[in-house]
Amino acid sequence: MEKTFTCINCPIGCQLTAEVDGDQVTKVQGAGCNRGVAYAKQEALHPTRMVTAVVNVPECELPLSVKTAAPIPKEKIFDCMKAIEAAQVKTPVHIGDVVCKDVCGTGIDVVSTRELP
Amino acid sequence: MTGMREIDVDVLIIGAGPAGSAAAIAAKEEGIDNLLVLDREAEIGGILKQCIHNGFGLHRFHEELTGPEYAQRDIDRMAELNIPVQCSTMVIDIDPGKRATAISREHGVQVFHAKAVVLAMGCRERPRGALAIPGTRPAGIFSAGTAQKFVNMHSYMPGKRVVILGSGDIGLIMARRMTLQGAKVLACAELMPYSSGLNRNIVQCLHDYNIPLLLSHTVVDIRGRERVEGVTIAKVDQKLQPIPGTETDYPCDTLLLSVGLIPENELTKQMRVEMSAVTQGAVVDDTLQTSAEGVFACGNVLHVHDLVDFVSEESAKAGKAAADYVLGKRGAVQAMLPVKDGDGVCGVVPQRIRQYRDAAQATDVRVMFRPDRVYQNVTVQVLDGTVPVRSVKKRIMAPGEMAELVLTAKTVQGLSADGLTVRIVP
Repeated sequence: MEKTFTCINCPIGCQLTAEVDGDQVTKVQGAGCNRGVAYAKQEALHPTRMVTAVVNVPECELPLSVKTAAPIPKEKIFDCMKAIEAAQVKTPVHIGDVVCKDVCGTGIDVVSTRELP
Repeated sequence: MTGMREIDVDVLIIGAGPAGSAAAIAAKEEGIDNLLVLDREAEIGGILKQCIHNGFGLHRFHEELTGPEYAQRDIDRMAELNIPVQCSTMVIDIDPGKRATAISREHGVQVFHAKAVVLAMGCRERPRGALAIPGTRPAGIFSAGTAQKFVNMHSYMPGKRVVILGSGDIGLIMARRMTLQGAKVLACAELMPYSSGLNRNIVQCLHDYNIPLLLSHTVVDIRGRERVEGVTIAKVDQKLQPIPGTETDYPCDTLLLSVGLIPENELTKQMRVEMSAVTQGAVVDDTLQTSAEGVFACGNVLHVHDLVDFVSEESAKAGKAAADYVLGKRGAVQAMLPVKDGDGVCGVVPQRIRQYRDAAQATDVRVMFRPDRVYQNVTVQVLDGTVPVRSVKKRIMAPGEMAELVLTAKTVQGLSADGLTVRIVP
């Protein structure tokens, strides 16, 4: 199967084509450098993204900003947003405090990115 | 005027965003104790507070942080150093004698007499009024940054069906943010044949959610009386004029504008320093000093940056220079060499380079600018008069990415009095 991507490593934005056979990338075309090859392999097999959002905290004027501690599989982004929306937070919160543990079974936590006294 | 306080300050820093914070930290570290940072918002951090997405800090901290996390690093460092910051305090007037008047609920009217001033007020978004789009004036038209503030700081969604005009990074980030919060983003229209946003944002904010990026398109009509009911998007020709017959209607309730940033220089102008028509900021030398002695400018108020990391770096330089000015530690200058935009180059900063009497005072100078369009496989040249003194090959250059090159201290001290030109050679 062939998959196409725009490389994000630099402003050239090479159009990459990855040949995928099962769980292997057999060929990458269109990359101007090796970073593009690595990116195409990652995107073809396991595309991941960071998710950032905010959580409302009772009695706080400002919502709490949060992020996934690491990129999660791309197809889980919207499920992750739902889990974040349902999260209950109690003050005080420090940067790095876990807001949702093991979000959507990814093994990755959603953590706070703000100090909330 | 009863109750008005007059206060002497060695270094007064206006703005507590990333620029003002970095300048304050550097000034304190250089040995200035009587310094003060003023900010009109309730909290330190500037625009970083509402930039909850990640991608900040890769150059400075070698890790990827969100905006609030990046701001917290500076907040913590300022607290460690006991740097005084007055929030909810707005400077309403400043004169060329470095006398600043500020107002706040807590302190009333205060007048600061500063030995040195660091201008770090940042920038603001170009509003609809600057665009001349025909149509009615309904609710539902926001700058992308305003929408970002609503969503990220007030948990308030400004609309459900969204069109974005302009492909600046904030617009792209908001396309994703609104989508994740359940809105339908119909399209992102960009007047130019290229996006002014980072490639990464085009892929991860538009492609990931199948939002079309319409290059060489613009909004030609806005409909709706009370609330936006729809916009019309048309293709434009090479002269950026809409092509009749290419109009498409997009029923929507919200139009976000991401059409550029303008340095916020009202105070700078009151100080009557020389301004650049290209960067829309002050003209500065390589120590970030403006045409007025002891007045420095840094960050987005000087020229609009793409990356906060470079704002912090530039601003630390300004803070240190302001401190050195107050402490009388600045080296004697032998010549101020002008730096000009050559072919293909827009808005070189700094516009002057100091050449010192004592060569030991000289430091490396970073020159920053934007290309006027997209270039591939070119050489950026710095000419001393007509003689090339530095050449750098670039595979790709785009207006959306600030370009830079470094002149070594040795090169700077060896320059003639003819002045420098930076140009792009195909």
